[in-house]
Amino acid sequence: MSPPPAVWVSGLRKAYASHLALAGVDLAIPEGEFFGLLGPNGAGKSTLINILAGMVHRSSGRAEIFGFDVERDFRRSRQMLGVVPQELAYDPFFTVREFLRLQSGYFGLRHNDDWIDELMAELDLADKADANLRSLSGGMKRRVLIAQALVHRPPVVVLDEPTAGVDVELRQGLWRFMRRYNQEGHTVILTTHYLEEAEELCSRIGILQRGRLIALDAKDHLLARFTWRVLTVTFDKDPGPLPETLAGFLSGAGENTLVLRLDQSRHSLGAVLTALQDLPAQILDLHVQEPDLEDAFTDILGNMGLEQP
Amino acid sequence: MNEPTRSTHTLPAPPLMTPAAGLRFTPTWTLFYKEVLRFGKVWLQTVAAPLVTTLLYLVVFGHALGGRISVYPGVSYTAFIVPGLMMMAVLQNAFANSSSSLIQAKVTGNIVFLLLSPLGPGEIFVAMTAASIVRGVVVGLAILILALFYLHLPVIHPLWVLVFTLLGAGGMGALGLIAGLWAEKFDQIAGFQNFLIMPLTFLAGVFYSVHSLPPAWRKISLINPFFYVIDGFRYGFFAASDISVWLCLAVSAAFAAVTSFLAWRLLRSGYKLRQ
Repeated sequence: MSPPPAVWVSGLRKAYASHLALAGVDLAIPEGEFFGLLGPNGAGKSTLINILAGMVHRSSGRAEIFGFDVERDFRRSRQMLGVVPQELAYDPFFTVREFLRLQSGYFGLRHNDDWIDELMAELDLADKADANLRSLSGGMKRRVLIAQALVHRPPVVVLDEPTAGVDVELRQGLWRFMRRYNQEGHTVILTTHYLEEAEELCSRIGILQRGRLIALDAKDHLLARFTWRVLTVTFDKDPGPLPETLAGFLSGAGENTLVLRLDQSRHSLGAVLTALQDLPAQILDLHVQEPDLEDAFTDILGNMGLEQP
Repeated sequence: MNEPTRSTHTLPAPPLMTPAAGLRFTPTWTLFYKEVLRFGKVWLQTVAAPLVTTLLYLVVFGHALGGRISVYPGVSYTAFIVPGLMMMAVLQNAFANSSSSLIQAKVTGNIVFLLLSPLGPGEIFVAMTAASIVRGVVVGLAILILALFYLHLPVIHPLWVLVFTLLGAGGMGALGLIAGLWAEKFDQIAGFQNFLIMPLTFLAGVFYSVHSLPPAWRKISLINPFFYVIDGFRYGFFAASDISVWLCLAVSAAFAAVTSFLAWRLLRSGYKLRQ
């Protein structure tokens, strides 16, 4: 018998008085995966995460962490889960070290200082160990939130918009840290508005919209759905009218510049370049743009007639 | 979308052997310790301030009325009001501890750290109520110690003193939990304290015997649970009370039991904590 998935959700619904936040979500995230949960504001991402964390009661359906039901067996499921909340919450009464010790104690760990020291060192918090949480900058508070989520070494970590409002340097540092944590075998679930972040880190992506999982696939498969490329060509002068063979690909034009949208599966780039060289102007520069996750996201939502984030 | 596949469970070993239910020592102790540490860090506000207020009551009322009123034979008026003032401070501070801790955590958002933890409702109730009792006892003891410098105060039945302290502070700690769960802003907690707790404690026979009241006011006093807590507490000092100490015990125990049950039920349901 194989072990249960890290996260298992089936027919999960959450209805509020005024709206349906989750309309029957089915999802299984295997152990060790770096999973990206995307969707516009109000799509149901936070509701799903909050149900997993036990902060929101589900209306119906099932949700389990490593086989432990998040409500009936909440002690074990929460022991398995670390959550980095979206809001920059902190307790102004305590220092960083006091706070992390208290969090350890909530999870039954009395002598956890070695791991706390290691976490603080990893997250560049060591010199702030005895500083009051109130005195920390936003970026430092964000690091403390990550440390508290990992203080009991949970096998599943949920990062809810972890890099919202942090500078580029810290974001890169957090990416490295999360990637390494995942490589050590931990399951990581990331919700983010930065599609570049999901593309960089996640191996599989789920897209939520209006409480429904409208796409769920490996990142590479999502990207492979899009076979077009955008070719931007800059000439030394106005290249004049395009030959008939290229006119159908034209998607934009500027001063001495043409933008062509090509379907890689049907159009040969070599043939296109040959046709361009026959134009009465010299090619100065070429740029090929591949589709990214943002394009996939936009396309999926666009096909459903839905707004983008 | 089809239901995701899930194998028959062969559970991985959890990182810690966490029992599914029961009261676990370390998480409960940690929350208790955190709550005590919290009020200890602001002791000027949580211990010194009520101590000074109570001493002012003692000096002003004791001097103003001391020579004119005698309640129990052989007990000065100043000595008579000390247990009442002590218990009033115990009740108010026990309430303030749990209610302010919860409302602060809710308003600032750091309640999330408690909600994400595997602490069960019973553990949260025990830890927060126990910390409220500790704060009440610390303030009450400080008042007693200072009062002993000022006058002679017998403690004839210390066990009754202890029992009523635990019941009063425990019941008020639980009531503070209820108020903290219900309130959504500091203003509502202040309203609870100023319009309910303060009048009920003041009108619970701290400064007088109910026998000295007109019959109508006496009847009203008898439906105030704080009256029974204070009267029974006072019995522990002087072996004299307005009504039977056993009736005081029954009502005080019922008060503590009802508030505790309600607080536990609200915590268990996630009232205003988990949507």
